[in-house]
Amino acid sequence: MSRLLSEQEYRKTKAFKIKRWYRGEKDPYLGTVELKPQTPFQEDVETAKQRTHDEAMVRRMIYDIEHNKKLAVFRRLYRIVSVFFVFVLLGILLYIVSYLPPTGNAANPDNNEVAAKYIEDGMKDTGAVNIVTGMILDYRAFDTLGESNVLFTATCAVFILLRLDAKSKKKEEEENDRLYEPKNDVIVQKVAFFLVPMIIIFGIYVILNGHLSPGGGFSGGAIIGSALILYVNAFGFQKIERFFTQKTYKWICFAALLFYCLAKTYSFYCGAHHLETGIPLGTPGAILSSGLILPLNICVGLVVACTMYAFYAMFRKGGF
Amino acid sequence: MDFIQNFPFFSILLSLGSGVLTSIMSKKAARIWNTFVLIAVSAMSAVLFFYMLVVKTPFVFMMGHFPAPWGNEIRAGVLEAGMALFFCIIMFLSMKGGEKHIDEEVEETKINLFYIMINLLLSSLLALIYTNDLFTAYVFVEINTLSACGLIMITQHGRTIEAAMRYMIMSSLGSGLLLMGLCILYDITGHLLMSNIKESVAYVYAQGTYNVPLIASIGMICVGLAIKSALYPFHTWLPDAYGYSTVSSAAILSSLVSKGYIFLLIKIFYRVVGFGIIVDSKIVNIFFAFGLLGMIMGSVNAILEKDIRRMVAFSSVAQIGYIYMGFGLGSTFGVVASIFHILSHAATKSLLFIASAGLTDVSDGSRKFEDLVGSGYRNPVAGLAFSIGACSMVGIPMFSGFISKLLFAQAAVQNNLVKLLPTLICLAISTVLNAIYFMRTVICIYTPANVMRYKHLKSAVGRNVKDYPVYTLSLVLLIMLNMALGCCSQPIVNWIMSGLDMFG
Repeated sequence: MSRLLSEQEYRKTKAFKIKRWYRGEKDPYLGTVELKPQTPFQEDVETAKQRTHDEAMVRRMIYDIEHNKKLAVFRRLYRIVSVFFVFVLLGILLYIVSYLPPTGNAANPDNNEVAAKYIEDGMKDTGAVNIVTGMILDYRAFDTLGESNVLFTATCAVFILLRLDAKSKKKEEEENDRLYEPKNDVIVQKVAFFLVPMIIIFGIYVILNGHLSPGGGFSGGAIIGSALILYVNAFGFQKIERFFTQKTYKWICFAALLFYCLAKTYSFYCGAHHLETGIPLGTPGAILSSGLILPLNICVGLVVACTMYAFYAMFRKGGF
Repeated sequence: MDFIQNFPFFSILLSLGSGVLTSIMSKKAARIWNTFVLIAVSAMSAVLFFYMLVVKTPFVFMMGHFPAPWGNEIRAGVLEAGMALFFCIIMFLSMKGGEKHIDEEVEETKINLFYIMINLLLSSLLALIYTNDLFTAYVFVEINTLSACGLIMITQHGRTIEAAMRYMIMSSLGSGLLLMGLCILYDITGHLLMSNIKESVAYVYAQGTYNVPLIASIGMICVGLAIKSALYPFHTWLPDAYGYSTVSSAAILSSLVSKGYIFLLIKIFYRVVGFGIIVDSKIVNIFFAFGLLGMIMGSVNAILEKDIRRMVAFSSVAQIGYIYMGFGLGSTFGVVASIFHILSHAATKSLLFIASAGLTDVSDGSRKFEDLVGSGYRNPVAGLAFSIGACSMVGIPMFSGFISKLLFAQAAVQNNLVKLLPTLICLAISTVLNAIYFMRTVICIYTPANVMRYKHLKSAVGRNVKDYPVYTLSLVLLIMLNMALGCCSQPIVNWIMSGLDMFG
């Protein structure tokens, strides 16, 4: 019952429907969703012929162990040797570990002035409460610059291998993709409808708080990337292309990495010449603090999110 | 601080940034930009090299606001600067020599991806040369591997994809071993910076507390890098990768990518562990044995090959064997010989690959020897270049290969008899084997062919000097580089010696 609406209008609202469902008066699926048995897979004669032919061919050419004695011997030998090799390596590594300094011992060689400075001066030097972020994006920023370029290189390599640029092939692949795509699965769509925004917001939170709490560009970017993948699984490529295409990917990656490179060039140059960068560190703990770390975290996050999604799209149909 | 001391930093960041920049460029702009980057980096390296020759003291460059053990830093000495210059020149000439093939063999829309890979490869090579920090080295080893993979499979061909797959698997094993070795080294020394590790390692070694992990980490690092640079039993990915990728990729991969790892290994020898401890650890004996094996087996495989590009690729296996054999001698003179061989092999192998591409072009694109008959007359420049490359590989005086063989022999003579005899015997056998397959090829390309068979080619795609000035010019420059290495070797050897002293 509602005080503002009349009985008839109230019956049309969502609140009424939810209440009715909650009380158990009506099952929304009853009568609206039909349970159908799956249609058995039927193959036409041509493709079946082709398939059996191909399979026979592959077996004859490659895997025919009965007639290919050399291969059979090689396979058996390979298995034995690889297992032997793995166990020998395992043994060697265990032997080495037994000689390594014990974990957590204060007298260990790695408890030296390097770690001490990171812990003691980390907040003062970098302005980041999270020491790890301060370390990877300020103390050892050159390594991280390389690391984000590793991601970029990896996507380029995947593009070289999987991107389909010929129009005809692309169309064919898209038609194939329709076969495997869940056709508007209501359950997935409803779940994605609620989850995707939350995952994205959580990812943004992890990225923006990278300098304050555990997390940062790499983990936050991976979270956002997973949200994009869930979205495309639920709603298909046509929907996601409204806001995320190959062009978007290209420009986001370009802008983020270029900003990263330029910002770090500036800060390395200033550092090497003992100049002030003029970028305020702010008060540790505030969201706008720690100088370049926050924008760099955002850049890394964008690159990682795009990379995750690009990998998925490439492996699925060779394009966005 | 002199302005010139910024140059290593500028060259790394310029090439890294231009990898990103190229991603939005058209194929033509990408090529022009790549040429510009290569010229700029070469010029900077050249200036730095002459500056270092005058100043004679290495310097470190702080990457950021924090000094050494806390922040990153890069370091440049005369050897680093010279190597960077040499690598840039070889890369530039290989790119120019294979430019036409890139356009023909690579898919139209993927050409700018190719240039991205080249830029990133350049930056990773420069970083491997200049780095003073082991973890930075590891990160750039990864970039190097991935971009090399991209270069292999840029020509979408079943063989190249298979080769890239093999390369990826082998390289991952190598990277894994390298990373484990670095972790153990960090655990027992507590540092990642090369100079600090060296102090701690000397201390730890004198104390004798962590000798087992130390030896194990040396072993892992050395084996990991040996796998990545295709030392003999780990070479299976190599012939297909070099034989079927586009010619620029093949030239760059064989002359630079594997050499980057070897240079890192030399840095680890001298700047991280100390060469004395390396020799004490007996790892050099393993290198020696596998190096000798590679020298012989690589040549034997090359003799059995019927495809010119694959033959040249197998010859690389033998040359990598030479380099590791030089390490195996366990003396600084052996390492000098190896470094000289890095230079000589890089100059010769890129020449051979580019020349062989020219020869196959005038033989209907076939790489089989029976089709290559007489191709030396159809493309005179490529024929001449191939012959000179072959002479250099065999070790004819005047060319670079002779000097490196001479240096190896000299280094061996200073050693004890156990290593002297096998080295000299294997050098002799390997020279004969080299002569067998290279001279066979040279004779083959200069045997007059049936004129009728290739008549249609003369009018259609006959390649002569005027039509392909860039190709010809790059071949001529590579020949000149090769002769320069062969004729004025003494200053270069002195330079390598002083560079190794600066490593100290």
